[in-house]
This record gives sequence, structure tokens and C-alpha cells, in this order.
Amino acid sequence: MEEKYIKHRYEPILPSKEEWPVVKLARERKEFVKKVADLAENRILKQTGNNPEILKEELETTLYREKLRIKQNPWVVDPDDEGEFWGEVKSSLLHISSEEKKTSRFEGYKAVLNKITNRYAEEIASNFKATHYKFTRSVVTYGFSRLLNAARVKGIKSIFSNQYTLQDKIQITGETDQIRDLATKGTIVMVPTHFSNLDSILIGWIISVLGLPPFIYGAGLNLFNISIFAYFMNALGAYKVDRRKKNLMYLETLKTYSKEAIQFGCHSLFFPGGTRSRSGTIESRLKLGLLSTAIEAQRANYQAGNNEISGKIFIVPVTINYHFVLEAPSLIRDHLSSTGQERYYKENDEFSTSYKISKFLVKFFTKGSDISVSIGKAMDVLGNYVDQDGRTIDKNGRQIHTRDYFMSDGVVTVDQQREEEYTNMLGKRIVEEFHKINRVFSSHLVSFTAFEMIKRKNQKLDLFELLRLPEEDLIISYEEFKQECQNVLNAIFELKSQNLIKTAPHMNRDIEEIISHGMDNVGMYHAKRPLVKDSLGNITTQDMSLLYFYHNRLTGYGLEKLFK
Amino acid sequence: MDSKNSSNEKVIGVVGVGSFGTAIANMLAEKNKVIVYARKPEVVNEINSTNTAQGKNLNPTILATNEPKDICDRCDILFFMIPSSGFLEVVKTFAPFLFPYHLIIHGTKGLSLNLKPGETLDTVKRLNRNQILTMSEVILQETVAVRVGCLAGPNLSKELIQGQPAATVIASKYNEVILEGQRLLRSEKFQVYGNSDIIGVELSGVLKNIIAIAAGALAGLGLGENAKGLLISRGMVEMVHLSNALGGSVKSVFGLAGIGDLVTTCNSVDSRNYTVGYRLAKGESLEEILASMDEVAEGINTVRIIKAFLETTGLRAPITENLYKVLFEDLEIEEALQFLMKYPFSVDVDFV
Repeated sequence: MEEKYIKHRYEPILPSKEEWPVVKLARERKEFVKKVADLAENRILKQTGNNPEILKEELETTLYREKLRIKQNPWVVDPDDEGEFWGEVKSSLLHISSEEKKTSRFEGYKAVLNKITNRYAEEIASNFKATHYKFTRSVVTYGFSRLLNAARVKGIKSIFSNQYTLQDKIQITGETDQIRDLATKGTIVMVPTHFSNLDSILIGWIISVLGLPPFIYGAGLNLFNISIFAYFMNALGAYKVDRRKKNLMYLETLKTYSKEAIQFGCHSLFFPGGTRSRSGTIESRLKLGLLSTAIEAQRANYQAGNNEISGKIFIVPVTINYHFVLEAPSLIRDHLSSTGQERYYKENDEFSTSYKISKFLVKFFTKGSDISVSIGKAMDVLGNYVDQDGRTIDKNGRQIHTRDYFMSDGVVTVDQQREEEYTNMLGKRIVEEFHKINRVFSSHLVSFTAFEMIKRKNQKLDLFELLRLPEEDLIISYEEFKQECQNVLNAIFELKSQNLIKTAPHMNRDIEEIISHGMDNVGMYHAKRPLVKDSLGNITTQDMSLLYFYHNRLTGYGLEKLFK
Repeated sequence: MDSKNSSNEKVIGVVGVGSFGTAIANMLAEKNKVIVYARKPEVVNEINSTNTAQGKNLNPTILATNEPKDICDRCDILFFMIPSSGFLEVVKTFAPFLFPYHLIIHGTKGLSLNLKPGETLDTVKRLNRNQILTMSEVILQETVAVRVGCLAGPNLSKELIQGQPAATVIASKYNEVILEGQRLLRSEKFQVYGNSDIIGVELSGVLKNIIAIAAGALAGLGLGENAKGLLISRGMVEMVHLSNALGGSVKSVFGLAGIGDLVTTCNSVDSRNYTVGYRLAKGESLEEILASMDEVAEGINTVRIIKAFLETTGLRAPITENLYKVLFEDLEIEEALQFLMKYPFSVDVDFV
């Protein structure tokens, strides 16, 4: 039985774009940027304990790091006046340090700090324009479906056929009605898994199919280097996150921006994994920085006495499932060479130029590789499920109040350490939900099984030795493979019966069909295929690292135990 | 329904009036209004009419109730002071009345199992970490309370009741829980330390019971202080490795709840765990000993759980393993001692 997925386009929940929170925010952009800069300044002052000496040190560290970045790692998007700006900061700092009076020194440092937070806030803020948004949306939808129809329905005339829509290609499943409902009531923070640079555009499109107003979204500044992406990103309401800047002032400004935007009522999108999953696993350790802003915004709403649902923030996990991740070869290379430590990597992959992206898009739409997106159940900021009216429901079905988590002695209190712990808890809950709503594809099953079988045959080897195995050791007999695939599939269905995972409809076919579907689809456009059949009908791989990458999608479920 | 509004005077709740619960309730009552919960109506009556709990004196300002809802509604802060055997049941009883604003600090030293319906320790035989719950993990699993802490350390109720000087550790991931616990309990005679490693502190309190049984056994064999020094030191090493494998930090074992409680319990003839070891060494069987004790010595349960846990890890824990054989497989205590003396522990300290 084929599962239903959303085929129609939803009516917009807010028909007039004047009502879209992001449009309202764009209208007040100038005031908003100033507010963010001032609030960020206050936060930093608080963190430095209003001590001029500590503040000075922070300013100097920031200056030093920024100068180093400009010299060592310049990007196309960087504004031309950067050198000049930091030069001014430097001379102001010199000038201030010669001041006699402590209070006037402090005032001087504060002024410099405000200048910096203002610059950062301006840089981070999105440049949303409703007209661009509409244009982009129609380009994406129209363009994609033209390509799709040209490929699927034969003949040149078919370019104007409407037999296939994007929604046949990209299946949306899960709690779509709930997210629409809640978006009219409170503020949504959507947290998707992240495997490919395509995700941003994909999610943007899905949000519009669901009839939701545009979400604001923190996009890596590196994406703005590429003009085609920059246009899309701006149109989708993206604000900019520069991962090169790790100084306190930047991070605080960024967090303030995110928190204030959520409080403003803008639906937001974070990729909680931070960057694309390098190893191909579902994110298990989340970057908690931006996530903490959702909790902070929720608490701030309660503090301001906003206990209504309009002040409530809903976390919606989303998984995006692919048979094929274009960047897989370079992602896994990155993962394997970074020995567990986060290090600077060069953004120089398949998505580096507009040409390569266009080529990929054509490939993607003209060949059959489906994508599915599952929308998870909405949660409050502590990871409790909420019902259709946005009320928090505990494990035993009792209604509870999210506000109570922030109360002590009967009032809402600010406790940073408490909120850090809450952020950890929320992160864990999101990871749990990711695993539950993850949809298994045939390609995940075959690559997981094949890799585990090779691993079992070579138990003494560590991962790196496994990846270097000679070709002749990589051959698996088809019959054995079929048997093992069936075992893994059974275990997956067992997990499914406990609601711990989901499967795509094609997983209900006969095992032989699933295997051949999986083999056809897994990493289908890579020059070297992760799985192929050899002339004798046995299973083998042309690229063990890629096989490992696609295999990783099913780690974290304890399925490895089947291969002990 | 709205969350409670505590404009009136703050009341502290204590759940359980065993000897430790009574001692803590009295200490809390020095500075605050206290309500205690007891399950049996006759105990509640006894407290409210004669200010004693099962014969132990209670501060006359303390009131008792046997309504979980009542105590949960009136108190934001609750101390769970119940034996580990009844812990899960009591937590389940309280769960419907607990809300996220509640702070819970427990003083129970024990482990609980997280098994599927129908499974028992006898049927599963091997335990992995997520099948074992510390008491704070029980609270987190069963209730919506998240701000949870534990109280552990060398706190013999008898001495606390006499007002002798002592100290304790409050461990919680939440600073506010530690600060609140310190504010409520600290006095001239009682020092309160804080620790953020709640799992490590809970495990220290639990694992030391194993060593306490062994200490009783040594005493029962008539061995002296050298042997005790040896046991405490090697016992601590074993606690470090076990605690680490179960997710605690090495540091906590060196604290009040680890080494502090270990030394106290290994010297305390009043401890149930110590008594079990002592009587075993005197030749009684485990059944005989258990039959004459009104409450199970927690260490016995801990030995079984840790033994099952060892099956799934590559870890060796010679004291626990041999104690298990003595308790459940009829190994003679002298043989176990011989085995330990021959065991190739060549390195004194291998974990710092």
C-alpha cells in the first residue's frame, strides 16, 4: 500500500503579505537592528561585569582576531571597508587607553563596543523583500516543474506539460496540519537535519507549499559568496551567520538577533547540527547556541507577562531524506580527515559555483531520485509535545504549563545556568525526534547492510583500515546479502511498530525489489558508485568511503547488533 | 488551572519519615515550616498528635499528611527520603501532582532497573547502562520535574539526631537546586557542599555499599586495621572505575559522598550493609541474615545489579565479583579473600 503524501498546495495561512512577520520585520529593519545592537551591548557589558579592563581585553581580542581573519581568510562577500573599520577601532582603543579617568575610559570602550555590535547587527540582519520572495518562489516552482516534466514525459513539448509536479518528486509527510495550525497561533522554530546545501532551498520551498509565511533563517555567510544562492537566501528571509567570527561580540549579537526575531513573532529555521552532517549520520550532537535563543525568547515572553499562546514558541523537528547527497564525497572526506576535532575546512566543494549548482539541479530533476521530508510533532521549548491548540502535554497526557519550568518562588526568573541545561535537554529531545521521524529508504538499507557485512568479515580492522581494503575483499554474495537485508528490514519494521522510525512506501515491496531499488538509487550520480553488482551478480562497492557515508544514515538505532 | 502562587510563607516538604527523613525534617524545621508525608495514617496521626514519628522525636512545628496532592500543592521544594525499595512506587504516586516548578532533592542510595514489562533481573541476566537508573533518573523518567538534586555523604541518622557536626553534598545539574539546598540545610553543625555531577555523587553513595559489606566481612573474620586500609583503598579504585563506566566523574568519588561516606560506612557497626558482611563471615547464610532483617541491605541489590552490568562491559571489578560469588554462589568467604590477595593488581593508582 502506497503511503499518502501531500500533493496539493495549501492555502496560505496569512493571505496578505503585509501580515507576514518577516515583512513587518523588514519594514522596521532599521529600528530592529539598533535594538539588537543595544541589547547585545548590554549583554556583553553584563558578561564583562561592567569592568573596563575586562571589556578592553575583549575588545582587543576581537580586534586581533578580526584583523587576522581579514588577512588570512577573505571572502567575496566581505565589505570593502572592513580594513578601515577595524583600523578605526584600533586607533580609538589606543586613544582611550591614554585617558586618565577610569569612568571616561569606560565610556570610551562602551562607545567602541556599540559601534561594533551595530556593525555586526547590520551585517547579520536579513534583506528580505517580499517581491523578491514571490519571484524566487515562482521561479523555483515553475522552473523545477518544467525540468521535471521534460524529463519524465517524453518529447520537447512536454516541457509545458503539467503531468508531474514538484510534489511528486519531493514528498512531504508528517504533521503538516499541526504546523500550519500552530503557525497561526504562536511562533515556530523549525529544526531540520542537514545533509546538503540543497536543504535551504528545499525547506524554503516546502514552507511555501505548506502555505506558511516565509521563515527567517540563519544561513552560512559562505553561501552568500555564490551569487545565485545569495539571491535565493535574501529572498527567503535569511540572515547571515559568519562561522569565521567566533568572538564574543559577534556571537552575542547573533544570539540577540535570533532571540529578538523570535520574540518579534518571526518563524525561524535553524539547522541545529550547525553545518551539514559530514559523516552522513543523523545529527547527534547539536550546536546549541542558536537553540538557546528559542528558550531565552520563550522565557522573555513569560517574563513580559505574555502567557498567551501568541507568546508560545514551538519547536518542530524535520528530517530530509535523500537517496543521494551530491556533496557526499567531499563531506565524508572532510569527516574522515578531521580526526574528531572541529577544524577549519575550506568551502570548496561541488556547490562552489553557480554553474555546478545548475548542472546538479538539471541532473536532479531529470533523473528519478526522490526526496522525502517528514515534519515532526511540535514540541514546546523543553521538548514536551504540544496538542493541536499548542498546549503542552506531559508523558501521561496531562496538560502542563511551559512557564512553570522558568518559575522559582512563584515568579519567572532568569537563570542562565538553568537555561543552559534546558538547552541541552531540548537538544537531546530533538535528536530523539529526528530518529523517530527519519524515513528509511531502500538505499539506506542496502548500504547499511553491505557495510556491516564487510565490517563483520574484517572484525579486527579499525575503520580506516576497513576503508582501505583491497577490491577483492569487498565482494559479498548476493544470496547472503539478501538474507541480511531481510534481517535488517525486519528489525526496522520492529522499530517502526514501536514508533521509533519511519519507512518510505517503497519499503513495503518484495525484498528483491527493495534491493534493486536501493542499488539503483544509492548515490546514483557519483562517478564511483557506493554499491554495484559485479559480472557474477555479487554485490560490491566502488567507493568504500561513500558506502560508509550512506550506511551512517542508519546508525544510532542499535541495528549493528544484528551483525555481531 | 493555573500554577500555584506562593505569596504565603514557603513550606518545605519531606516525603518519608524513616530515620534519615526524620533527621532531615528536623534540620529543615530549624529555619522553615515543614510538612512531612507518611503513607500510613497511623504515623500521620502519631506525628500530628505526639510530635514523634515511629518513636523518633520530631520538631513540634512539623505537620504531617498522607495526601500526596496536599504536600505537592503546598510545597515548591520536596525532599524525597524513602528507601530505594519503595522509591519508584512513591515517585509514581506523586507524579500526577508534580509540576515543572517543583524542586526535588532525594536522599536515597540505590539503583532501580528500567526493564520491559515481564522482564526481571533473573531473566535478563545482563544489564547495559540504559537499563539501570539512578534515583534522579527515576524522578526524571516518571515525573515532569527536571530540577532534581540528591543529598549524599557520611550522614548517619543517629549522629545527626544527636546534633553532632557533619557535612553533606547536594548534587544537581542546576545551580539553583544546590543553592536552595544549602540555604535550607546549612547550620553551625551542618556543612553543605555542592557538586554538579549528580550521577557521580549518586553512584558513589550506591557503590560504597558494596565495599561496606566487604568491610563487615573482614571484621567478621577478625582481621585488623591493615586489612581495612587495604580494602578501603582498593574499594575506592573499584568505585572509580565502576562509576566512570556508569557515567559519573572520577572526581566525585574523592568527595564527601565517595571516600567520605566510604570511610564512615566501613567503620559503622550500625550499617545494615556492614552487618550483612559481618554475619556472613561469622558463618550465617544470606537467607538467615535476610530473614532477620526488616529492611533489605541495599548493597546486596547493588552487587547483583553491578554484576549484571559487568557482563556487558569489558570491566573487571574483583571485589564486587567475589562478593557476588560469596552471596549467591556459595563461595567461602576465606576463599574469596585468598583470591583477592592473589589477584594481580600490580598498579596502585591507574586512573588519575
